Amino acid sequence: MNTATAALQTHSQHTPHVAGDEKIRISDLHAFYGESHILHGIDLYVNQGELVTLLGRNGAGRSTTLKAIMNMVGRRTGSIMINGRETIDLPAHQIAWLGLGFCPEERGIFASLSVEENLLLPPDVRSDGMPLEEIYQMFPNLAERRNSQGTRLSGGEQQMLALARIMRTGANILLLDEITEGLAPVIVQRLGEVLQQLKQRGLTILLVEQNFHFAAPIADRHYVMEHGHIIEEVPQQQLHARQDQLNALLGV
Amino acid sequence: MTTILGINVFALLGQLLVGLINGSFYALLALGLAIIFGLLRIINFAQGALYMLGAFLAWLGLQQLGLNYWLALVLVPLAVGAIGILMERTLIRPIAGQDHLYSLLLTFGVALILQGAFNHWFGSSGQSYPIPDALKGGNNLGFMYLPTYRGWIILVSLVVCLATWWTIEKTRLGAYLRAGTENPQLLQGFGVNVPVMISLTFGFGVGLAGLAGVLAAPVYSVSADMGANLLIVVFAIVVIGGMGSIGGAILTGLAMGVIEGLTKYFYPQASSTVIFMVMVLVLLFKPAGLFGKEA
Repeated sequence: MNTATAALQTHSQHTPHVAGDEKIRISDLHAFYGESHILHGIDLYVNQGELVTLLGRNGAGRSTTLKAIMNMVGRRTGSIMINGRETIDLPAHQIAWLGLGFCPEERGIFASLSVEENLLLPPDVRSDGMPLEEIYQMFPNLAERRNSQGTRLSGGEQQMLALARIMRTGANILLLDEITEGLAPVIVQRLGEVLQQLKQRGLTILLVEQNFHFAAPIADRHYVMEHGHIIEEVPQQQLHARQDQLNALLGV
Repeated sequence: MTTILGINVFALLGQLLVGLINGSFYALLALGLAIIFGLLRIINFAQGALYMLGAFLAWLGLQQLGLNYWLALVLVPLAVGAIGILMERTLIRPIAGQDHLYSLLLTFGVALILQGAFNHWFGSSGQSYPIPDALKGGNNLGFMYLPTYRGWIILVSLVVCLATWWTIEKTRLGAYLRAGTENPQLLQGFGVNVPVMISLTFGFGVGLAGLAGVLAAPVYSVSADMGANLLIVVFAIVVIGGMGSIGGAILTGLAMGVIEGLTKYFYPQASSTVIFMVMVLVLLFKPAGLFGKEA
């Protein structure tokens, strides 16, 4: 039994790219807002349990990539496989049900809903989401302010709420857009801890991030985007060696 | 005759009652408009015509099918709601996302067509609908005589308005609606079928107009232009309450009915314009409306 488990683990370590492991596989993705062509043939994949970042300057198309996965852009062509299923023709409201949770850049906290209503709003897309009580233990601030209007929270609390909201639904593929933007270092550190915990739970995360120092220690791989293309793929092991090249690309 | 400070109390209370009844209709229609505006961002000019349709369907149901009042009270709002859903799917959805003006002109056109058709079929003189037996008569309250049916209108309107308000503000379904009003795209991203929600909301908002039509049939004469007269006042009420504000629409509807009633007593010449004067004042001093949020 133990040897069988060990064999399985070894096996999976040596073959990380088998189809069953792939939670997201995007091929030749183009996306358009009206007449403007934003994404020009994106190819990327994210394996089960991986945390992958999309790096790049503003306007490189990182947020659009996440929105395209959620079918929130005007028009998309190409292929987006989620759990091995083609979703390019799937209506927007069916995508989340494949186990996706989306945290938009502007956080998307609803002003006309209380904190708790915001938490309970998204339908459970899978059965093993985090119970409300556990969420409140993880984010005591949210518990304290559960009856406040969602947008009365501080920026950091709103970001916690936006994360907690999709953790509750049982989504096991998280698309997170700039979750550290404009937040104090202590909050950013807390968010890093939360992401670590989510990774330990086996969640798959695609993270759009500006703050390279936040993303570097927790990520498994990085993609660098520019002008709607993916121009580099950097595994975590090569990060140090290629630091200068990355700094130049990201303009940091 | 009881007079206090030169005011004829009975006459005043009588006008208040009339005001409250008018206010009940205002509230139901304004509520429907507010719900539709909130989620769809369209100004449904056909709301008055659909109220007229509700009254006519009740009348036709009784004449042609022997459908009694109580059945009409349930079935007609459902039928009008279904017509609303059909209208949303076939006419309004194709112009979704366009300028407000398109949906306004479209629903205005629908209103004119409905009005014209009923005018053609039934003429401009009103049809009368009998008060159901159980609601005939009235009670002497000591200070005034309350016809049972008038009390019934106020009761139904209050119950329906409060239930709607409670559903929108306090339930999960209502949370979807509020979230959809703010950010439909994100709500959709969470897995909620927003297009279906929009259709059902439009159907419900329009169904409220149908319900108001059935309630009105026994007290106002059923005629093709009964909705047109009411609609302009209802729009003023929605503006006073604040576009899209659910509670605002209900409270303002009732309040404006009462203010109109009071004006009828104190200065009858102004009674048909007082609501518009209030609207002008509100627009001058609180442009988002009494209960609206500043944009």
